[in-house]
Amino acid sequence: MSMATSNWQLFGYQHSLQYRFLFNRRKKFIQVWNNMRMRRYRVVKGIISPVGDGYKKKGLIEACHRLEMARLATLNSDWITVDDWESQQLEWVETAKVVRHHAEHISSENNNDEVDTVRCGKRRKLGQNTIICQSSSYINPKEDTPHLNLLCGADVLESFGVPNLWKPEDIEEIVGRYGVACITRYGSDPEKFINQSDVLYKHRKNIHMVREWVTNEISATHVRRALRRGQSVRYLLPDPVVRYIQEHSLYSAESEQKNADAVLAPLQRYTSTN
Amino acid sequence: MAGRIPLVLLACGSFNPITHQHMRLFELARDHMHQTGLYRVVGGIVSPVGDDYGKQGLVASKHRLAMARLALQSSDWVSVDDWESQQEDWTETVVTMRYHNDRIAAQYHSSKDPPTVSDVPQLKLLCGADFMDTFKVPDLWRDDHVEEVVGRFGLVCVSRGSLQPDRAIHESDLLSRHRQRIFLVREWVHNEISATEVRRALRRGQSVKYLLPDSVIDYIREHNLYTQDSEIKNKDVKLRPLTKQTIQD
Repeated sequence: MSMATSNWQLFGYQHSLQYRFLFNRRKKFIQVWNNMRMRRYRVVKGIISPVGDGYKKKGLIEACHRLEMARLATLNSDWITVDDWESQQLEWVETAKVVRHHAEHISSENNNDEVDTVRCGKRRKLGQNTIICQSSSYINPKEDTPHLNLLCGADVLESFGVPNLWKPEDIEEIVGRYGVACITRYGSDPEKFINQSDVLYKHRKNIHMVREWVTNEISATHVRRALRRGQSVRYLLPDPVVRYIQEHSLYSAESEQKNADAVLAPLQRYTSTN
Repeated sequence: MAGRIPLVLLACGSFNPITHQHMRLFELARDHMHQTGLYRVVGGIVSPVGDDYGKQGLVASKHRLAMARLALQSSDWVSVDDWESQQEDWTETVVTMRYHNDRIAAQYHSSKDPPTVSDVPQLKLLCGADFMDTFKVPDLWRDDHVEEVVGRFGLVCVSRGSLQPDRAIHESDLLSRHRQRIFLVREWVHNEISATEVRRALRRGQSVKYLLPDSVIDYIREHNLYTQDSEIKNKDVKLRPLTKQTIQD
């Protein structure tokens, strides 16, 4: 099997709109992994970064729960991990900043890895004594620093067009400096959207489109709705996550009303500075 | 749930391999039947078809049974049954239904004293919307069998994607006549993951993690199931129902 010419890290932005439930997100990681592998990239790591409570999305429950559910969901993964840096910040953090933070972190890690980086996993304690295994099987410890890509669905890419949701320089940085791995649904036309946006078009070589041929639209919204109605969500989420939700009675009609009158953080921030 | 009719849901199929979608059928069906206010679901049965069915790509029933058991290990109400797959020849759905119906009734009667007829669990066939369309395929079903499966027992049909079971019912006089015995469950989540897609991904060396339980994926890997070779199995074989002339009953 041919080896990759470069190492890639996939970074999944935990946009609260859709990514509160991990099941579907993890599948997206796998799809991109399959696709990138075919293009001779080696995906070495995936990071799930839940958004902070300061995002003020309606129905967003506390970060501590969302983090724990994400951890439970990724227990059996040897390459996807959960990171709490973003959710631990006092205020909402722009995606570009989060990507930057992780890119810098990878870079410094790579530079320090002279003895440790071998074939087997590297263990690192994170936060509440959760041991996360980071499998970085670099062949040559002094190889290029892994690239970092933002992993998202086509809707996030299209959200670049929503007024006051993104800063233009942030979009430029994410797409231009880092790169995006975007999963698109059968029937959608992401290339058209890229074509219609100057900044996306300019950096189209950094946008990796992954076609999802088989529709799989399990969304967090749907799961929350089912839970409110006392319906089963088994086999939509991993069992440990279902149990956690039951134990903590998360997701009720009440929780869905949280932030109902609040303004989404990015909209508030960018509107007031205009 | 006092006063409700106890109900067992039976799913027949290839389960080649079993996926989370299959298990979702049971969850959706149970919720739906409970919400009618009439039923109390007391059990679920997965009954993999026998090897003589002759469907292309069908791997040995012993594997399909093993995978189903692994997948349902953690379920407290759905179990796997091998009676159908152990029969010498392919067995018609209605025959399998009769077997389970009689078995359930016998179990019930032996445990109750005196037995109350109304408390004997009923049996209904659980299926996906694509199943409804199979009634149209020439020679695949005997009319009297469809009559019994739908009219005597009943169907719980979970819709998927763009398939419209309403239309299949509308286009069939037989099904229309038994409309009240057919419970349509709407799966709102658009999810087209199927065993066929899973097999395709496996053939191409792609990951199927999160589509099936890890234990089933491990089993598939250990036994090297689902390859180019396994997919062409039965390629030139005619589906058994089309060749079998049943004179039983």
